[in-house]
Amino acid sequence: MKSKARLMQGNEACVEGAIAAGMRFFAGYPITPSTEIAEFSAEKLPLVGGRFIQMEDEIASMAAIIGASLAGVKSMTATSGPGFSLKQENIGYAALAEVPCVIVDVQRSGPSTGLPTSPAQGDIMQARWGTHGDHPIIALTPSSVRETFDLTIKAFNLSEKYRVPVILLMDEIIGHMRERVELPDISEIEIINRKKPAVSREEYLPYKADDDLIPPMACYGEGYRFHVTGLAHDETGFPTNNPAVADKLYRRIVDKIEFHKDEIVEWEEQNTDDADIIIISVGGVARAADTAMKQLREKGIKVGTYRPITVWPFPDKRLVELADRVKAFVVAEMNLGQMVLEVERIIKDKAKLIKVNKVNGEAIYPEEIMEKIEEVL
Amino acid sequence: MPSEIVNKYFRTNKLPQIWCPGCGHGIITRAITVAIDKLGLDRDKICIVSGIGCSSRAPGYMDFDTLHTTHGRALAFATGIKMANPELKVIVITGDGDATAIGGNHLIHACRRNIDITTIIYNNNIYGMTGGQYSPTTPKFDKGTTVPYGNVDKAFDIPALAIAAGATYVGRSTAYHTQLLISLIENGIKNEGFSLIEAISVCPTYYGRKNKKGSAVEMLEWQKEHAVNIAAASKMTPESLDGKFLIGEFKNSPEPEYTREYQKIIDRLKKE
Repeated sequence: MKSKARLMQGNEACVEGAIAAGMRFFAGYPITPSTEIAEFSAEKLPLVGGRFIQMEDEIASMAAIIGASLAGVKSMTATSGPGFSLKQENIGYAALAEVPCVIVDVQRSGPSTGLPTSPAQGDIMQARWGTHGDHPIIALTPSSVRETFDLTIKAFNLSEKYRVPVILLMDEIIGHMRERVELPDISEIEIINRKKPAVSREEYLPYKADDDLIPPMACYGEGYRFHVTGLAHDETGFPTNNPAVADKLYRRIVDKIEFHKDEIVEWEEQNTDDADIIIISVGGVARAADTAMKQLREKGIKVGTYRPITVWPFPDKRLVELADRVKAFVVAEMNLGQMVLEVERIIKDKAKLIKVNKVNGEAIYPEEIMEKIEEVL
Repeated sequence: MPSEIVNKYFRTNKLPQIWCPGCGHGIITRAITVAIDKLGLDRDKICIVSGIGCSSRAPGYMDFDTLHTTHGRALAFATGIKMANPELKVIVITGDGDATAIGGNHLIHACRRNIDITTIIYNNNIYGMTGGQYSPTTPKFDKGTTVPYGNVDKAFDIPALAIAAGATYVGRSTAYHTQLLISLIENGIKNEGFSLIEAISVCPTYYGRKNKKGSAVEMLEWQKEHAVNIAAASKMTPESLDGKFLIGEFKNSPEPEYTREYQKIIDRLKKE
């Protein structure tokens, strides 16, 4: 039998995953290093009856995917640092109005224009707190081409299930890397669609949540004739200044993710059973961490790895357990120390914390992690 | 007692609306529903989208699928809705600041694409919601809270902007000229493409007070006295048009519509 394996780029795998998940609308704006996601979407969407549009700017792209999702179509946009900054206001809109959508951020180096073709992980905190006000968010960090395919599907599924914007937080290494991948049959993929209202138009309250804190979602054109706003609103969807109603709304949209955190969080760990030292990293850096661990193990140093797959919400419970029995954590990231703040908050002073940071536009190499570990041993 | 039109098309339990006494926005909003009624459209297939500002509160009172978005971005949200479901009639309600300042880029590109969206710009020549700052349509030398010594900016001519950017149906009316306004909106919705109708409103509370324009009634009377229909203007001398402004249908020249053109690509690919 002929192998279905292909040589594929991370950005292409993202589009393959999105279409498999049911994406039928993409709005984007060209920006390195995410442009291929727009290009592949433009090529592939009309082939499956979907639509692509290159909008006039990043803000418009974000707005358009929210509009399309409200009209019932699974939608995505893709960007990088500067564009991710521009999208933030409307990401907040999607969070408050509870509109499912997927935003891909292929991280590049630096604030402002920075180093457009170089990798970085400087948007970890922006992915969590980029838009104003308290809000829910989910962010996923793939570290291989195949995982980019899988996590793009997961991003759509989580977004649809929880009615929340989901960030696929890639980095330039993963976006532009080519690997041999074999994609699964579409029949093997689990697809989750938003919960629809089971009541008539007269009875439908668009923001009345079920016990799971998630309200069923009608879409435009179905006859429900409902209102959506970015103002604080009551269960009917109409604006209110009532402090008790506003409080209930803000807490519910945050709680709906908190309460389901155990179902949402995902991580991968290797050789943690006997580890004295655990390297924590995501995305492209996790590949260097993997090599560093293997080479140090050959030298007899007991090293393990811990790789958050959902960086938000952060998989904290397991880390607390590990903190009780390891000597040190090494947090390696292509920024000046963002994820380490979360790790520090979780492990408190239970174990030593070592930072490996790089922001010059180059990848972190395994040797750099190994040197740091050998230095502190 | 609410009229038949109000009972039929408004969410009467959300009334009264938040606008100030004498505001022209209610007249314009009603005109939109009258135009929809005259066209006999399926109201479940109409989506009304707005941005932020006084005018953008209108959809909340209208009994359709409605979306109140972020400042300036109504057209971008509306573009996504139309792309997702081209069967929907999409109407955008926006203001002078929302559409031509913060949303200016979206406006010109929606015009250029000729996507089937009908946009009604409620122009009150001021930022009303934030208390009277000058907008891109505040006339030169007029006052606002951020131009206390008079405005030195030149105002936008919205229909000229829309025509230059490629809108296929363009018109202007006022809160006073409601019959014309209704027919322009009706024709704008009928045009399969991007239609823009500037509806000049009155803001006695901020623009009017800052510029000593008198009461709401006096402001409406000013509209009556100074507006000239473009059809009549062609027969008038330049001197007699001095100090006047044009209303009427400025452009009506249909061109292929954006989502239809995209559908042709989908259909062609299906055959190949």
